[in-house]
Formats: sequence, structure tokens, C-alpha cells
Amino acid sequence: MASSSFAKSFGSFVPSPLWGNGPGPGQFYSFPGNSTLNQNTGSQRTLAPAVTTTSVLGIKFKDGVVLAADMLGSYGSLARFRNCSRLLNINQQTVLGSSGDFADFQFLTSIVEQRVIEEECLDDGFKYTPSGLHSWLTRVLYNRRSQFNPLWNTYIVGGMEADKPFLGYVNMIGIAYEADTVASGFGSYLALPMLRDALEKNKNLDEKQAVDVIQRCMKLLFYRDARSFDKYEIAIVTKKGAEIQGPLTVEANWDIAHAVSGYE
Amino acid sequence: MSSIGTGTAIGIRGKDGVVFGVEKLVTSKLYEQGANKRIFNIDRHIGVTVAGLLADARQLVERAKEESSNYRFNYGSPIPLQHMTNRLSMYVHAYTLHSAVRPFGVSMIVASYDDKGPEMYLIEPSGVSWGYYGCAIGKAKQTAKTEIEKLKMKDMTMEEIVKEVAKIIYVVHDEVKDKSFELELSWVGKVTGGKHQMVPKEIHVAAEKYAKEALEESDDSDEEDL
Repeated sequence: MASSSFAKSFGSFVPSPLWGNGPGPGQFYSFPGNSTLNQNTGSQRTLAPAVTTTSVLGIKFKDGVVLAADMLGSYGSLARFRNCSRLLNINQQTVLGSSGDFADFQFLTSIVEQRVIEEECLDDGFKYTPSGLHSWLTRVLYNRRSQFNPLWNTYIVGGMEADKPFLGYVNMIGIAYEADTVASGFGSYLALPMLRDALEKNKNLDEKQAVDVIQRCMKLLFYRDARSFDKYEIAIVTKKGAEIQGPLTVEANWDIAHAVSGYE
Repeated sequence: MSSIGTGTAIGIRGKDGVVFGVEKLVTSKLYEQGANKRIFNIDRHIGVTVAGLLADARQLVERAKEESSNYRFNYGSPIPLQHMTNRLSMYVHAYTLHSAVRPFGVSMIVASYDDKGPEMYLIEPSGVSWGYYGCAIGKAKQTAKTEIEKLKMKDMTMEEIVKEVAKIIYVVHDEVKDKSFELELSWVGKVTGGKHQMVPKEIHVAAEKYAKEALEESDDSDEEDL
């Protein structure tokens, strides 16, 4: 059919079929029901992420939350980009951290930032709350995975809501929960036990203690997670507002590394 | 059509920003305070004020928001005001071309501030748009323009202009025909860090006070003349 409508509009250039629905001069006859030419061959979704980022950590403390994430963008096992900021300041009470595919995070960032601008423009006194953003993210991510085209990320949402700290997790298949301590990626194996331990020993962590335990976790991850990096950022949200600090550097000591079998 | 004949709105562009002022006529005591706003944010750096059919104006505002959103998505930077004005003018103009639709009954003033300085344009219902240093739309636009022409706005700062804007709105307000009104003031410029926002309460109150005092003075001198 395509060629016949072409023939109509460019009659002088494209020769018309030899007979109705027949082949054009020099073309093969396509038998009815046996056409492979115009069939939709389907499409392929993201089956693997490209440039990835590793863990995001988060912990609540007495009057706020702390998030941390390093700044490495890995291309497979290659440490490709060293300045990937992935803690996003949404507003004075909300921050968002992402691990996984960095391009997907950038895509979502542009959407979220536009939504924040539209929200600001209404000037009605309402703002994106952490729980609101978290809930919205669960819908977006679950919807994308249901279309078999997920955003390849785990998101950590932190912030203050009604003077209480909020910390939430959503991953690429839409699994979501709130908790006092959260971690994505490798951090959920290595850092989460340490974060939980700190909170179990002292339910009323203050800001400094919370930042300390997060920094110890970042160091641990730098030692043991091969996709991690010593340059990182932390986000602190309290009643006073949200602030992203960094880049900070992990003070690592590799003196005893030679004693570890398999290091060299 | 109670929105026809809405009060005057003016915009003045100074050396470091633009100030909007609106005489929002309150036609019923039953309305909530602050209802039916006449000043809108389009983007962080763009504001508009409107006169005419408020419902039509809201649609244009939606359209302007969409334009600036699309621009940001495609180019990754805030939309230049001239670009947005052109796009919006074309949209307004398209509604004058077909028998199936009616034109927008709206005049709107758009303004922004960036590192190149302040900008202000007026879009008319016909779809034409011009850049201005001072412009007025709505009921008493002629009187307001005469008042604006007395100012040397090119040398004035936003803080100075906001007082004059409040004064002009009070001067052009027709107390006999329209009893009560709300003064709306917004600005975009250096002092707001390039953001369009409503004038903060203290400055608003001060400007309104200045306007009322200036008005009383001129009333007194009028009586002396008699």
C-alpha cells in the first residue's frame, strides 16, 4: 500500500505497480498472508543499564535526615565519569538521591524539576512534600516496569514533613517502603547493618552522630565496593532547610592492603 | 460577563527590573480576599499581568507555561522572554483568523529579568506585541499612560518604581463608579534575584501607604485651588 500511495504523489518518479496490489517493476511479488516486509518487528526495551552509579545511603536522626552518595559514573566496570552529582535538592524540605542508570536519573530530574517550577509558579503555599514525591515516584516507576520499560534506578527520598523526618525507598520495579535507615545497591548489604546498628544503640542520634555514621559507611563502601569512589556528597535536611554538602573526600588508608590476599 | 471592564493593570520597566501593579476591582463583598488573581507566574523568571476576560487570560497563561516548559525540556535553559512573547503572540493571532473561534478578550503584559537586564512586552488581542518601558491595560489605561509618562523610569530602581506603581493605581482608580479594589503588586529584577514574585508584605504596605498619602495631598491642594 505504501508504494501505491507514493505512486500517487510522486507518479512521475515511482513506477506504479504492474497490477492492483501487485509488484512494481523490478520488485518481487508479495503473496497475500506471507508478507514479511511491512510487519512490525517489535522493539527492544532497556535490558541493561549503561552508565551506572552505586549506593545511596540515608538515615534519620533526632531532627532530620542525612543522605549520602558518591560521584562515580561507571561504564560497566570502567570508572568512566568522576563528577556525577546524584543528590537532588527538590525544595527546602525535600531531597532525592538516585542509584542505577545515570541517564534515567537525568531524565527523571528534568521532569521533577519542571514539576517543582510549576508548583512554585502556582504560589499557593503548597510544596512537594517528601512523602508526596515518594508516592509519585512509586507510581512512575511501577507504571514504567508494567510497560516492561523500567527506569533503571533505585530512589531514596529524604526530607522533613510536619517537623518529622521522612525517609523512603523506591526501586525500578516499584517496590517501596519507608524506614529509619535505607540504602540502595551494594550499600544495602554492606552499610545498612552498620546504619541499623548505630540507630539501635542510640535512638536519638544528633546531626553530627548521624553524619559520622554515614561517613564511616561511605568509607567502608569505598574500601569494599569496587564500583564506588572516594568523592561523595551528603545532603542534610532539618527544620531549617535542605542543604547538599560536598564534594567531600573519603580519608582512606591502604597501608595494609598488601596483606590482603588477592589485592595485587 | 462580570469580568468585562476589569480594573487597570500597569507595568513599568526600570533600570534593574520590572514592576507590575493591578487595580483588582472587587465586585462583591462575598469574595474571599485574594480571589481571582490578575498576576501570574509563567516560569521562575517570567511574570504576566492581564486585563479583560479572566477565563481567557487563564488559558493564555496555561499556554505560556507550556511554551516555557517545552523550551526548558528541549534546550535546558529558561525561555528568553522575546521568544515566549513571539510564540504567545502567534497563538493569540491564530485565534483571529478562523470563523470557528473567537479572539482572546485579553491584553497581557509579560516581563522578565536576566543577565541582559529587564524586559517587558505587551500582547494585544490582535496578536501584535511591542516592547515597552511603561504600559497600561484595562479600564483606565489612558489615564495610567499619562501618569507613567511623567516618570523617568529608565533611571529608577525597582524599589522606587514600586511606590510609583502603587500611586498610579490609586490615582487612576475611580472611586465613584467602582467602590472597593485590591492592589496587587509584583516584581522581577535584581532584588528578587531574577525571580518573578509578589512584592513582599512590608514593601507592599509601605508602597500603598505612600500612594494613599500622595493622593490625600493632591486632594488637599485641589481644594485649596477652589
